[in-house]
Amino acid sequence: MLDNYLPILVLVAIAFAFAAGSVVFSRLVGQKKPSVVKLAPYECGMPLFGTARDRFSIKFYIIAMLFIVFDIEVVFLYPWSVMFKRLGMFGFAEMGVFIVILFVGYVYVWKKGALEWE
Amino acid sequence: MEIMYFYLLAAVAVASGFMVVTCKSPVNNAIALMMTFVCLANFYVMLDAPFMAAIQIMVYAGAILMLIIFTIMLLNLGTAVARKGSHSVVWATVLALLIAMQGYFVINRGEVSGITGEITGEMVKKVGHTELIAKSLFTDFLLPFEIASILLLVAIVGAVIIAKKEV
Amino acid sequence: MNDILITLLIIIIKLGLIFAVVLTMAAYLVLAERKILARMQLRYGPNRVGPFGMFQPVADLIKMLTKEDVCPAGADKYLFLFAPGLAAVTALMSLAVVPFGPTIEIFGQQVPQVVCDLNIGVLYFLGLSSLAVYGIALGGWASNSKYALLASIRGLAQLISYELSMGLAVVPIIMAARSFSLTDIVMAQESLPFVLIYPETFLIFFVSVAAESKRIPFDLPEAENELVAGFHTEYSGMRFGLFFVGEYINMIILGSMTTIFFLGGWHGPLLPPIFWFLFKVLGVAFVFIWMRGTMPRFRYDQLMHFGWKVLMPIALLDVVVRGGFMVWSLGG
Repeated sequence: MLDNYLPILVLVAIAFAFAAGSVVFSRLVGQKKPSVVKLAPYECGMPLFGTARDRFSIKFYIIAMLFIVFDIEVVFLYPWSVMFKRLGMFGFAEMGVFIVILFVGYVYVWKKGALEWE
Repeated sequence: MEIMYFYLLAAVAVASGFMVVTCKSPVNNAIALMMTFVCLANFYVMLDAPFMAAIQIMVYAGAILMLIIFTIMLLNLGTAVARKGSHSVVWATVLALLIAMQGYFVINRGEVSGITGEITGEMVKKVGHTELIAKSLFTDFLLPFEIASILLLVAIVGAVIIAKKEV
Repeated sequence: MNDILITLLIIIIKLGLIFAVVLTMAAYLVLAERKILARMQLRYGPNRVGPFGMFQPVADLIKMLTKEDVCPAGADKYLFLFAPGLAAVTALMSLAVVPFGPTIEIFGQQVPQVVCDLNIGVLYFLGLSSLAVYGIALGGWASNSKYALLASIRGLAQLISYELSMGLAVVPIIMAARSFSLTDIVMAQESLPFVLIYPETFLIFFVSVAAESKRIPFDLPEAENELVAGFHTEYSGMRFGLFFVGEYINMIILGSMTTIFFLGGWHGPLLPPIFWFLFKVLGVAFVFIWMRGTMPRFRYDQLMHFGWKVLMPIALLDVVVRGGFMVWSLGG
């Protein structure tokens, strides 16, 4: 089994070597003159204001949560999509019920206004 | 060769699993968890279950872990969270032992024991892993599959209610 | 033992070639983009380094390599170092499953023009594109900069939203080819590319891909006039270079995937297959550049509305209708 995937392992190794190598090389070649001002996070040249570790809108959390749910739905679609011919009409009906139930959830989310950005 | 790769991978998986529970910063925990997931995906590939490997990456590493990182970013749990209380350690140990026992029994009932079910390793190689999953999912496990959709529906409703309490 | 060495050698040669070609392509895609954009805006674009600015990418590379590598105070150092690498590696890894042409014969050996033809190629690509999000997320978060954090949270939400429609738009293609293998998908389009059979699926896929590429009109994660440079505001030197290279490699990958799924892959008359493949990929890349030259940026609420309220339901409907039709027509 591993034979099929051997190229990917080699590729991962090469890709990491490329990423690490270029950064290390630039470290060796590049200059190094750090100063307090240079190391400060960029804020249009003004003195720093507050912290960058602030809380965010819950909206983003809902999006991520919904993404998980619908991602799982999509994932269930894949085995069906390669086998749909063998599964036939019955398989399609099953998938239909599955999609409709989740679509109810989608409509609920929409009606509740969780997809609104104001 | 393959067995060496397996042990290397297992070592990385265990080490990163250990890091998940010991690292101080939540983001580093999440990264260690990602490493564990990637190792698991590798194991699935070695077990002739590439579809499971893809799902492991897409759903666990791509979606669920994403939610975890998102939550950490949103709440800014960047700095180490103070840990106190150790009562959970006992439960965790009990749980871990139970899971280990379960694993032991499952392995003993597997092909090692010589007792094989309808679907064997050769069959997976011949028919294809995704096809077998699709077949059993949409025929034998029809009811669990549809129940899963209801479970997901409940998850959607729950997520919206938690996030929008005032509505 | 000898066998293993030979396979390893073939793999390394293939990967080396692909790396060289793709990295050069990425570098010159940057130049091409600057040139084309400049022409669209009635400017010349870079034309100082070498004839027609041909050596501009080399100059850029030297500049990036010799720049100071700044790690801002208060940043999470390891993550800050790790994120650009992750972005580049996830982009590069997708190359493994891209089929450039049919299997050819060299010295009596069958050599497929793909690094490895996985039987789950489509899922491999989708899995990697869901991992690609981490580069942005971690990079922006580790920077300890408000702009970077804002951009990475926005970018995360955008990428995962459009990933859904992308995943859905692939379903009719898998159904038509009845395989996850990218080679099989290209083979299935020998007579007719899928874009002609599934034009609406192509549109859904193309819009999602444009959003995944984080380019105008979907460049919210790096909206210059709001967020300075977005999630890589704090990055400099080669680390920024890795993000940048990753982005352009990603553009090539997304172009390849559009080509493979819809434009018939390497199929085409007269010219050798690999030329057709490159030609189509560059064509898609040109459309990306053209879009950048033509369109304004979405507002964030418009972007999320479009993704969740328009594209997602249409993609789902498309799967159901196309699926139902295919089941029916095959006499299910």
